[in-house]
Amino acid sequence: MSAEATAVRAIVEIADDCLILGHRLSEWCGHAPILEEELALANMGLDLLGQARALYAYAGELEGKGRSEDDLAFLRREREYRNCLLVERENRDFAHTMLRQLYFAAFMQPMWQAIAASSSDETLRGIAAKANKEMAYHLRHSGEWVIRMGDGTTESAARMADAVTELHRYTGELFMASAARAQAITDGLLPDPETIRATWDDTIATVFHAAKLVLPEVRVPQKGGRDGIHGEDMGHLLAELQFMQRAYPGQTW
Amino acid sequence: MSQSPTNTEDQATTVTDFELARALEVASAVPDPEVPCVTVADLGILRSVSRDETGRIVVRLTPTYSGCPAVIAIEMAVETALLSAGIDSRIERVISPAWTTDWISDEGREKLRAYGIAPPVGSSGGRRAFFSEDMIACPRCGSTHTTKVSEFGSTACKAHYRCDACAEPFDYFKCI
Repeated sequence: MSAEATAVRAIVEIADDCLILGHRLSEWCGHAPILEEELALANMGLDLLGQARALYAYAGELEGKGRSEDDLAFLRREREYRNCLLVERENRDFAHTMLRQLYFAAFMQPMWQAIAASSSDETLRGIAAKANKEMAYHLRHSGEWVIRMGDGTTESAARMADAVTELHRYTGELFMASAARAQAITDGLLPDPETIRATWDDTIATVFHAAKLVLPEVRVPQKGGRDGIHGEDMGHLLAELQFMQRAYPGQTW
Repeated sequence: MSQSPTNTEDQATTVTDFELARALEVASAVPDPEVPCVTVADLGILRSVSRDETGRIVVRLTPTYSGCPAVIAIEMAVETALLSAGIDSRIERVISPAWTTDWISDEGREKLRAYGIAPPVGSSGGRRAFFSEDMIACPRCGSTHTTKVSEFGSTACKAHYRCDACAEPFDYFKCI
C-alpha cells in the first residue's frame, strides 16, 4: 500500500469510530429517559458526527480519488468499516449506553489531545484540538452517570454491573494498532494507542471506585473491527444508516 | 481578552482599501443564526477579512463545535450579506487554531447576558473533576445560587441551568 493509502486507512479507522458511535447515540432520539438526556445524547452524537465528517473529508482529499465525506460514510460495505467493536454495540439500556460512552471518551479525549500535540499533520492537529474539548464534556457527562447509577438504587447498580460484564471485553481493542495505524505511528501522523492506556486505566479506576463497581478480568479481549470483522448488530445499523443512499443513490437535500 | 476576535491587521495596513473596510464592517455585523443577539465578530468566529492574490475578498470563518449545524447557515449568511452590499467574496472555513469561548468579546458577553444567556465563566482548557460545579450567575437576577440541570442544552454550545433564587431556567454559554 502507498503511504497515502495507509494514512487514509488510519484516519478512516478513527472516523468510523466517531460515525458509528454517533449513529448509535442518534438512535436514542425520542427514547431518552428524560428530556435533558434526550438533548445530551443528541448533542454528543452531533459532536461525533462532526468529528467524523472532518476526518472523512480530509481522508477523501488525501486519497485523491474524488471520494467525498458522504461516499465514505454511506457507500462502503460492512467489511470496509474499520471501527472498533465497542462503538457498534447496541444501546440496550441507558446504563449500557453511558458505560460505552465512558469507555470511548476516556480513550478518545486523551487520544485527541495527543494528536493535537504531536501529529505531523496540521489538519489533523486542528481537528483534534477542537474534538479534544468536545470529548472532555462527554467524559464528564458519562462518568458522572456511571457513578450515579453504579452507586445508585439496587436496580441501577444491577444494570450498570450488567453493562460492565457485557462491554468491558471490548475495551482491549481500543489499544490495538492495525497495520495501517502502526505505519501512521512510525510516520508520526498518529500516536500509539498504547500510550493512552495508563490515562485510560486511571480514569476508569477512579470512576469505578466512586461507582462501587468491580473491574472485571478479561481473559480474551474481543477484537476484529479494525479488520472489518463486525458483530451481527453492525449490519442492522448500516441498513438504517445507509438506507437513503442505497434506495435513492446520489440523493441530496 | 487574550486575543482579538477578528484580525484587524488588514484594516490598519490598507486604510485606502474602502471595499475591504466595508467588507469587514458588513461581515462583522452578521448575527449568529442561533443566538441572534450577538454577531459573528462578537463570538470570534469571524477570523479575518482580507484579499487573496487575485484581489478577491476572502472571509475566514471558524466553527464553534465540530458538529455545529449552523456552520453552513453562517457561511451563507455572511456571503449573502456581502453580496447584498455589492461585494463578491469567497468564504474559507478554518479549523486551526480551534475556536474557544475566550474569543467572545466583552461586548459580546454583555449582549449575551442582556439576552438571557449567562456568558462563559473563566477561561477554557483544563480537565475538570467529575461533579465539579462552576459558579454561574443568573442572567436575570444576578444570583450565583444556581443549579446545573444538564451539561447539554438547546444547542451544542450551551448548558442548561436553573436559578434557585428567582426560579428562572436559563442557558449558559459553556466554556470550551
